[in-house]
Amino acid sequence: MLERFSRFNWASVIDFLPNLGTGLYYTLLISVVGLLIGFILGGIFGLGRISKNKFFYAVSSIYIEVIRGTPVLVQAIWIYFALPLITGYNMASVVAGIVVISINSGAYIAEIVRGAVQSIDKGQHEAGRSLGLNQSQTMKYIIWPQAFKRMIPPLGNQFIISIKDTSLLSVILVPELMFQGRLIASNHFNAVEIYTTVAVFYLAITLSLSYILRYVERRLDVQ
Amino acid sequence: MITVKDLHKSFGDHEVLKGINCEIADEEVVCVIGPSGSGKSTFLRCLNLLEAITNGEVVIDGDNLADPKVNINKIRTEVGMVFQHFNLFPHKSVIENLMLAPMKVRKISNKEARKRGMDLLEKVGLAEKAEQYPSQLSGGQQQRVAIARSLAMEPKLMLFDEPTSALDPELVGEVLEVMKRLAMDGMTMVVVTHEMGFAREVGDRVFFMDEGVIMEEGDPNQIFTDPQSKRTKEFLNKIL
Ligand SMILES: Nc1ncnc2c1ncn2[C@@H]1O[C@H](COP(=O)(O)OP(=O)(O)O)[C@@H](O)[C@H]1O
Ligand SMILES: [Mg+2]
Repeated sequence: MLERFSRFNWASVIDFLPNLGTGLYYTLLISVVGLLIGFILGGIFGLGRISKNKFFYAVSSIYIEVIRGTPVLVQAIWIYFALPLITGYNMASVVAGIVVISINSGAYIAEIVRGAVQSIDKGQHEAGRSLGLNQSQTMKYIIWPQAFKRMIPPLGNQFIISIKDTSLLSVILVPELMFQGRLIASNHFNAVEIYTTVAVFYLAITLSLSYILRYVERRLDVQ
Repeated sequence: MITVKDLHKSFGDHEVLKGINCEIADEEVVCVIGPSGSGKSTFLRCLNLLEAITNGEVVIDGDNLADPKVNINKIRTEVGMVFQHFNLFPHKSVIENLMLAPMKVRKISNKEARKRGMDLLEKVGLAEKAEQYPSQLSGGQQQRVAIARSLAMEPKLMLFDEPTSALDPELVGEVLEVMKRLAMDGMTMVVVTHEMGFAREVGDRVFFMDEGVIMEEGDPNQIFTDPQSKRTKEFLNKIL
């Protein structure tokens, strides 16, 4: 088996590195932009889930349930192929990819935000209010900083999931890493070499992220 | 300073306060005792609107708290509250705990807030702990910081909800000492406590609460030695 593995033409992978590099660029672009927007959506709808405003709560709940209840692949295909038939506008595949990652991660991050905020002892809120801070000051200076610290491990987890999810965007023709890999492998019949390399690339991204998150967590713990 | 007239408070259809009437004068120290669940905390929390008033009147220095137009945040800046579990902000250092509200609510400068905060820490004997975090302090020290944090807003009334009942016995004294000095400085205080020694020495009056009303009130020595109501007697027998 080992002997068979080494029979493959690993050196040839070098020829395809520029293409894989392009793929890597799109993977990172979509992950970073998508997760940034997802984080904002998560903040907004996470607060919606703990809001006393019934409308805001209902909208947030529907959003979260719909996204969590449907597969990313279906969401991607729906947004890229079905939505334009409704709106009459075609979306560039990269834009569609960013939209998918944003709304998908946003729903999960909203639940992370809700859980973290609710995990803060309600005495903290009362202490803030009894000192005369208003609702939003209490949120901003007391609840949010504590909740944010608790959000880091589950957020890191979600970031890794979303980065891996970008590989599904190859089906809507986003020129990301997996798409490039499939393109090369089908033209050059080097599936083993290329898909192994692709896997190593994903692993490199997620391992680096894990490392950075552990560092951030340690830094925050020092306080 | 405080006038409470026929105060009612319900949670859903569970009526917890069933008509509280009392007057508390400037610089007076009132200790509230009574069995668990009798509504002591709820009464206190109505005095700074942590709980909305269902019915009746609470007037503090001319402001009627039951008036829907009342400025809740202004009332709260004037009424300090100290909790059983301290509720210090764990992500902020001791001095930052004291500086936050004066800076954000009273809009005083960082420098001024720090100076005032240090003066107060001095007063509660914890100036050397200013840069530490609450988790590095003992329970008694945390509660003294919490008292100083409330005082930083310069309230005219202080509410204490069982401030020593979460503390190890050997740490109770230092907190009561701080409260006693505060009372001697002329602070108006309402204190839910079962520390009879404190009530007798520092309290001007004791309220005995039972089932949502003030069942009996009077001079601390009279209440503890010669209670009039049967319920008060039963309660005192249980805890003494
Ligand atoms: N937020 C709340 N919601 C519903 N019931 C409450 C709430 N707060 C207090 N109660 C009820 O009110 C009653 C009095 O509580 P409390 O004022 O805490 O009594 P005490 O401080 O004298 O022990 C209890 O039966 C308690 O269950
Ligand atoms: Mg209580």
